[in-house]
Parts: sequence; structure tokens; C-alpha cells
Amino acid sequence: MNLDLTDEQNLIRDTAREFAVAELETVAAALDRGEQLPVFFANLKKLAELGFMGLNVRSEYGGTEAGVVAFSVALTELARACASTAVTVSVNNMVCEVIQEVGTQAQRQAYIPRICSGEHLAGAFALTEPGAGSDPSAMTTSAVRDGDGWVLNGSKIFITSAPYAGVFVVWAVTDRTAPKGKGVSCFLVPAGTPGCLVGRAEEKMGQHASSTNELLFQNCHIPGDALLGQLNEGFRVAVSELAGGRIGIGSLALGIGQAALDSAIRYALERKQFGQRLSDFQAIQWKIADCSTELEAARLLLMQAAYRKEQGKSYSKEASMAKLFASEAANRACYEALQIFGGYGYTTEFPVERYSRDARITTIYEGTSEIQRLIIAREILRGVS
Amino acid sequence: MYFQLTEEQSLIRATVRSFAENELADSAAERDESERFDRPLMFDKVAELGMAGIVFPEEYGGAGADYISYAIAVEELSRVCASTGVTLSAHLSLGANPVWLFGNEEQKQTFLRPMAEGAKLGAFALTEPTAGSDAGGTKTFAVRDGDDWVINGSKIFTTNGGDADTYIVFARTDRNAEKHHGISAFIVEKGTPGFDFGKKEKKMGIRSSPTCELVFTNCRIPASQLLGKEGEGFKIAMKTLDGGRIGIAAQALGIAQGAYEAAVNYARERKQFDQPIAGFQAVQFMLADMALRIEASRLLVYQSAWRASAGLPYGKESAMAKLSASETAMWVTTKAVQVHGGYGYTRDFPVERMMRDAKITEIYEGTSEVQRIVIGTAVTRG
Repeated sequence: MNLDLTDEQNLIRDTAREFAVAELETVAAALDRGEQLPVFFANLKKLAELGFMGLNVRSEYGGTEAGVVAFSVALTELARACASTAVTVSVNNMVCEVIQEVGTQAQRQAYIPRICSGEHLAGAFALTEPGAGSDPSAMTTSAVRDGDGWVLNGSKIFITSAPYAGVFVVWAVTDRTAPKGKGVSCFLVPAGTPGCLVGRAEEKMGQHASSTNELLFQNCHIPGDALLGQLNEGFRVAVSELAGGRIGIGSLALGIGQAALDSAIRYALERKQFGQRLSDFQAIQWKIADCSTELEAARLLLMQAAYRKEQGKSYSKEASMAKLFASEAANRACYEALQIFGGYGYTTEFPVERYSRDARITTIYEGTSEIQRLIIAREILRGVS
Repeated sequence: MYFQLTEEQSLIRATVRSFAENELADSAAERDESERFDRPLMFDKVAELGMAGIVFPEEYGGAGADYISYAIAVEELSRVCASTGVTLSAHLSLGANPVWLFGNEEQKQTFLRPMAEGAKLGAFALTEPTAGSDAGGTKTFAVRDGDDWVINGSKIFTTNGGDADTYIVFARTDRNAEKHHGISAFIVEKGTPGFDFGKKEKKMGIRSSPTCELVFTNCRIPASQLLGKEGEGFKIAMKTLDGGRIGIAAQALGIAQGAYEAAVNYARERKQFDQPIAGFQAVQFMLADMALRIEASRLLVYQSAWRASAGLPYGKESAMAKLSASETAMWVTTKAVQVHGGYGYTRDFPVERMMRDAKITEIYEGTSEVQRIVIGTAVTRG
């Protein structure tokens, strides 16, 4: 066992950190207030140029080929500064990976280089529907054969990056007679396709710069070669995407939690009450010790899941463990960090208030904590113990 | 990066697991009940597997393996019998390791080698009635008398005490020095005149592991048995405990793993409301959280062990590992009893013993509170 990052992984982490400090930290609060969106887009473009949109993607499609561990550490560094930027990067990477994994050569060439280069600022997944959240098999959006092509009808919600995505990975029912969860297929729909409409943007608690929208399909005609992967095998694509995406979201959560803890430590070393620094009180030291320990464990769980994926081993249980642990640890770290700041922590003068709001979604999206526990339990009870 | 066990590490796990399941499991409940330390089984046979000095070089009787292998050995023993796990941990990390770290060549040959080979059982005597978490409160005294040292005082809560052959004993050697500076470490062998055993503790758990009071009455030892430099004892104790935390963290990890597996097996078999209780989400979530916390702790334990072997600083990491693993062990064993329901509260199932065994891991070799101070200080200083 050797837990050292390789030189390349270190380099990518350092590059991400430098970029985050120089370009993201400075605008994160403004982005949270809904200001400076052009800077948000400019940063996505710069990140693409630095190679951060296809970290685990082959170079023939414009990717960096740096692997999953590098993806994880990069996401954590970006999220320490700006969770909205980080989630966009995470989703973009996963869109590229999914197309690389199950797409045809033509599909790969049509979309991956555009996302990796920043020509498309984003790609988006469209799985969730109003009645299909944790249970995607309840989806009703349909794709019906029309000559060589398909016609999509239905509506999706909570679609990350929808207004600036160049392409949507869309799940729709293709066989109504199949047992629940079997007759679903996956399609690639370029933005601007007639009948594919970006709807209302959600007003969210956090991650404000990252847009979250409805996506509506109204007799949306797409060609036959828009089918991604095998017909009626859409859930396999979803399961694979979600497992990889969990490493991204777990890594993002770790970054937010680390940022909150770091700011609380700095504050505790400066702030004096009762004639001594907050950091000298055991009650405060303990919060810091507990959060540090949990975040360290989260980091190791993420590394393990990323390493296993990189090595081509099974990693679904490990990714669920990492995502569950990291997102919950990040929320606790934000809670305790805000507590250490006291009243100031509740104001927008310090960033912990934003971190706390940004962290909250991480136990929900890309599979809730409850779904992660079900996945882990299923793996445990299937195994030989 | 190589985020997986080596073949050697996996082999050690398989070897120790097989020994634990085939030889320790049957008697674990009875030894707990009768508070019986079975040295031939719990130490001699473990030594025959090469575990008594697993991390030390072969020229000192060890096996030349790394700290992850050692952690795995303690974990696997403790998964079946926590008393056997702590016997090895106290022997290797606390008895033998300070001689390896601070002993001179002659001391290593005389004292480390027989411990590493498993001919002698080691122990560590730091705690006193008034010096628990605050080791600076040591009152046992050693006075220089010609070529000898004369020790007076008493130690409590010594694991392996009474049965061990070689003891690392901490005593104050300078009354005028500041609290932490006037302490020295000595190697004292069982049978030395003036070295006697007092009360054997009656404990909640790890009852098959002896915990004994040591009494020194004008106990005279040669100056050659001073370990390290005079006045260096506090540093020796703290360095030793950094490593010891890996052993206890591994012990806690093993207890948690044993209880978790018992709970999974029980949940699959036990039927209520016409289905195995593993079919209920409430039970599934408990099992998932157990597995999660164990895995998180395991990675912290292996990370600190890896750092120890790689020569990297590991004080903070071993404190994190020990804190996380011990609190996980307490939590997991409590939940494992819960999954078993009323049966879990009886001695017909091993989770009752495991829950009692788990409690001590939050206390000895630095309480959870002390670990938090170690971590909090390291993090805010860094």
C-alpha cells in the first residue's frame, strides 16, 4: 500500500488549487449573490483550456487522461473555492466519460472534444422528473419511434447547467410494456433542437451560479443515431454515470467541508473571548479535531473509490460509501464551522454561511444519503459478509 | 499510489484469520467468563506465526514486515478475541517497540530479541493512580545508587501485567525538574527482587487479558537498564504511544468488524413479520452505517500504519485512527447488540462480549479526549 499521490496527480491538484485561489475564490461570493455570471462562464472556459473538463477522458477526444484520482483531487480543490464552478466541472467530466464509455465513435467525436475544449461550456444529464427522483424507474418522458428517428415528449426537472449546456444526455421510456426500469433508453440531444426547451430556473438555497432548470420536450424530433448505448438499456448507463458522478460529488463535498474547517481554524486562532483565543478552548479544539478526522476519512474513502475505478475494479459500493460519508462530513464541518464563528458566521461577511448552504445539496443530489445506504446494504447482504 | 494491500499483507491476513477462527474462537467466551489468560494459546502460538516481532528486522528476531501487516494481525485477532489482540498490541507496541526505538545495541540484543522472537512477553508501565491522561503526574521514583537505580512506587492498569517478562517502567529521576522533564524509562524484568505484583483488576471487558498493579519496593536494577537518556522518559512514552495507537486502533477495528459480521449474519437469518429482518430498511441502514464507519476507520488505521513504515510523521494520523476506530467500535457493537435484540444482551451471542470489549478502546493508550487534544493541537498549529 502506498497512499502518496503521483507527480502528475500532485501537479493537477496544485494547478487546480492555484486556479481556485486566483480565479474562483475572488468571485465566489459575488456569484452566490447572482452577480458576475460572465466571469463564471469565462472561468469554465479557462478550466476547459487547462484540461479540467475531461480529466479521465482519452486524449483522442481532447481529454487529459489523468485518471480518476486526479479528477477527485481537482474537484476538491475547485470546490474549496467555488462549489458552483466545481459542480459544473464534475458534471461535464461525467458527460464526457459516459459518451466515451457507451457512445459510438461519431457521438464521441461530435460532443466530447467540444466539452473538453470549452466550445460547449457544459454538458447536462436529464434523468430526474417531478415524479421520478430517487426512483428514476417512475419516469414518464417518452421516446416514440418515428421513421428512423424518435420523438421525445415529457418534462425533466433539476437539470444542472441546462441554459448553457451544449448537449443533453436524456433518459426516456422506449418500451412501456417492459417491466419497470427495463424499457428506458438514453439519447443525446443537442441544445437548440426544436422541441427541447429549457424551462424555469429553480431558486435554490445554494450553489447559485450553477443553474438548475426544467427541461421540456414537446414533440422533439431527434435522429436515430441520437440513441446513446443500447436500446432499452438506459438504466445501465444511468447506474454507471451515477457511480462515477458520486466520486465527483463526494470530492466536491470534501472541498466545501475543508474550506469551512480551514476558515474556522483561522478564525479560532484570531478571535479572543474570555481573555484567550478560541482555539485554546477544548470545546473548540474538539470540534476542529472531530471535523478534521471525518474529513480525512472522507478523503481516504474517495481516494479508494477513485483508485478502484481507475484500476478497473468494482467501485460502486466504495463510491457510495465515499459520497455518503463525505457529504455528511462536509455538512457537519459546515455546521460546526459556523458555530465557531458565532453570530459572524450567520452573516455574509464570512464565507461559512455560503459554504453551509452550498454543502446542503451534497447529501441529496447524485443519489441521496438514503439511496447510498440502500446501495451499500444491498452490496453487503449480497456479499458473503 | 498503490491503494490496495500487497500480496504479503493479504497473506498475513489470511494466516492470522485462519488461526483466530480455528484456534481462538472456541475458547473466547469461556476465557472471558473465567477471566483466564491462556498464554500458550494467546501469545506463544501467535508468536509461532511470526507476529510477536512482526515489524522488527530479522537481526533482532523480527519478521521484517511493515506496520500495515502488524495492524492487520491485531485486527484479525481482535475480530475473534479482543483480549488476544491487545496482548499482541501491548507486547509489541508498548513492550518491545520502545527498546527498538530508544535502546542501545546491547539492550536490543538482550531485551528486544527475546520479545520479538516471542520467548518473552512485554508490557508497559506508565499509568499510576494519580497519573492517567496526565503522565506528567508520575510519582514512582528512581534514585541513582552507584551503578544501579533503585525504584520505589507503584503502577496500575498494566496490560499483560503479572504474566509479562519484560516491563518498560517510567519513573521520576529528578524531583526538581519540570513536570515532563524529570522522568526516565527503565527496563525491568519479572523476578527482579523488590518487583512484585499487586491487585489484578476485575474489568468490564477484555477479561481474558490480565491487567495488574506493579509494586516496586527498593527494586534495584543496573544502570544498563536505563532506556534512552536520563530525563527522556516522557518523550519515550509519547513516541511509544504514537505507535501504540496504531495497535489499539487496529484492535478496535477488529472488534467492530467481528460485531458487524455477526449482525449481518443474524439479520439474514432472524425472521420477524414473516421476513428476515435484513429486509427492513431500518436494519439495512444500521448495517450500511456500520460498514461505512468501519471502512472509514480502516483506511485511517492503514494510512497511519503506512506512514509509520514510510518514515513519515504519523502522530496526528494515528490519533485520528485511534479516535475514529475506537468510537466506531463502541457504536458498531452497540448497534450489533440492537440488531440481535434480547439475544444480543445474553452471552449466547458474542456481540455482548464485543460491546464490553469495545469500551476500553476509547480509554486506554490515550482516551478519546486526549486524542482530540492531540489532533486539535496538530491541526491548529499546522
